[in-house]
Amino acid sequence: MTKIATRDAYGRTLAELAATDEKLVVLDADLSKSTKTCDFAKVCPERFVNMGIAEQNMITTAAGLATVGKHVFCSSFAIFAAGRAYEQIRNAVAYPGLPVTIAATHAGITVGEDGATHQAIEDIALMRAIPGMTVIAPADALEAEQAVRLLAEYDKPAYLRLGRLAVESVMPEDYQFTIGKGHVLQDGTDAVIFACGLMVQEAMAAARLLADEGVSAAVVNIATIKPLDEELVIKMAKQCGAVVTAEEHNIIGGLGSAVAEVLAENCPVPMQRVGVADRFGQSGKPAELMVEYGLTPEVIAAKVKAAIARK
Amino acid sequence: MNISALENTAKEMRREIIKMITAAASGHPGGSLSATDILTVLYFDKMNIRPEDPTWEGRDYFVLSKGHAAPALYAALALRGFFPKEELAGLRKIGSRLQGHPVSTKCPGVDVSTGSLGQGVSVACGIAKGLKIDGKDNRVYTLLGDGECQEGQVWEALMFAAHYKLNNLTVIIDHNHLQIDGNVDDVMATSPLDQKLDAFGFNVLQINGHNLESIATAIDRAKECTHKPTAIIANTIKGRGVSFMENQAGWHGSAPKPEEAEQALQELA
Ligand SMILES: Cc1ncc(C[n+]2csc(CCOP(=O)(O)OP(=O)(O)O)c2C)c(N)n1
Ligand SMILES: [Mg+2]
Repeated sequence: MTKIATRDAYGRTLAELAATDEKLVVLDADLSKSTKTCDFAKVCPERFVNMGIAEQNMITTAAGLATVGKHVFCSSFAIFAAGRAYEQIRNAVAYPGLPVTIAATHAGITVGEDGATHQAIEDIALMRAIPGMTVIAPADALEAEQAVRLLAEYDKPAYLRLGRLAVESVMPEDYQFTIGKGHVLQDGTDAVIFACGLMVQEAMAAARLLADEGVSAAVVNIATIKPLDEELVIKMAKQCGAVVTAEEHNIIGGLGSAVAEVLAENCPVPMQRVGVADRFGQSGKPAELMVEYGLTPEVIAAKVKAAIARK
Repeated sequence: MNISALENTAKEMRREIIKMITAAASGHPGGSLSATDILTVLYFDKMNIRPEDPTWEGRDYFVLSKGHAAPALYAALALRGFFPKEELAGLRKIGSRLQGHPVSTKCPGVDVSTGSLGQGVSVACGIAKGLKIDGKDNRVYTLLGDGECQEGQVWEALMFAAHYKLNNLTVIIDHNHLQIDGNVDDVMATSPLDQKLDAFGFNVLQINGHNLESIATAIDRAKECTHKPTAIIANTIKGRGVSFMENQAGWHGSAPKPEEAEQALQELA
């Protein structure tokens, strides 16, 4: 199976939209080859703006562009977009409710060799805590493409979390992404795994491992972390009675926290979180780091069994 | 100062940079090679440091604000004896002290963790101010990229340094005219750097950043300046020393393949 990075789907889709969406303006901060906004710059140089290495100014300029009716996407690595420019996102974009999409690539530890300074593991938490912010972490190229198309027409601030690494396609060919809706990839009865981003492929692999052992695990892709598909989360938790979350993010403040908040108030069931265990990343090959930080099918499967044991 | 010995050291550093980035199959050769001569003069001639006692109180401080040039810093530290040269092969590998960007809590001789552009210079200012408060005369050096100068934080830091007359601080700008997306002045012009720095209250010196004597002289002149911080604009060539890397934005962040590395090492022999 060919693997495609969600950032590649992002750049390609922006380039496709250039011809039909005349209001589209794309900003980057000297990382266009890595974030793939270079694809858009090639076909539409007049509406591509390189801001230089100035992420805070990029986000705030986007607010100005949106004020005069532009559909703005701005990109950098997640750490510099959500991290460096957090307060600009909060006050200049989100507070006035401007339709700006912060499309951040290189999220999580699979950034690899660049190390901890470049590995955002807190961005979901930061963005999720902003009132009214939409937060989307697509699982594969198909979903990323659909998210970009929807966000180009979206009338609210949004954070789109994209990865560096090529990932398997996990969504069915006829899939249609809806902002705010989760998708049951595989039904099950013993436990449910809620995952986002590249952890969806790991969750699918975990479900296969569990099936071999006679454990029926459902897998749900929660691409929209905010607004969370509470109805689906509660329904699946009730159905399975045990919950595991899986994300390439700190276990504090991300998908696991969002799911825990909903379940604690509505339907408390045994739950385990898979994620980075509140430590910084480091340099290494992405695959090695996934093992070092416990983001593997084996770890997910073990947590599923632990949750089931607590039923 | 023995110029030919320093030149040999610079060459050896360049070889180590190529070797470690090739072994890691990842890293930033262009900006490491443009910074090599500056680091050579600092670490092998001008800075007051004790490799056997990296946190010695009397030391001069160095902050690599352009943290992606870590291979150049690691080569300098290893050759100066802060840690064994063999460790360079571990660059960017899991568990290594030599992270993709320098980490103070892991690597001996690294005073400040960097990697997020624009922040190192502020930390250097804080160190310089702290030393002033204590009445100490250690010197503080920081190396910035010219693309890095697009970060607003850089100018906040420079304003601070001049306002508090941090004459113990020397800011060196590796002016190689390139960043990732192309020429600095095409992406987002920072020119004229000299006039901007002058207007910000700096003692501004412009030099050839590959001439070891000029670098050394500029560092001495910075020490003599009693009322202002000094900024040295070092005109450099990105990828300096490896013909096919010189002045190529494409070599900012890509590792040479083994056969390219072989050619590079021949040129640096
Ligand atoms: C805050 C921040 N934004 C973006 C990056 C990604 N990045 C790494 S190096 C670089 C270009 C740096 O250009 P320059 O400062 O001129 O360095 P040099 O040419 O000396 O390598 C960029 C954009 C970063 N490390 N930090
Ligand atoms: Mg440069």
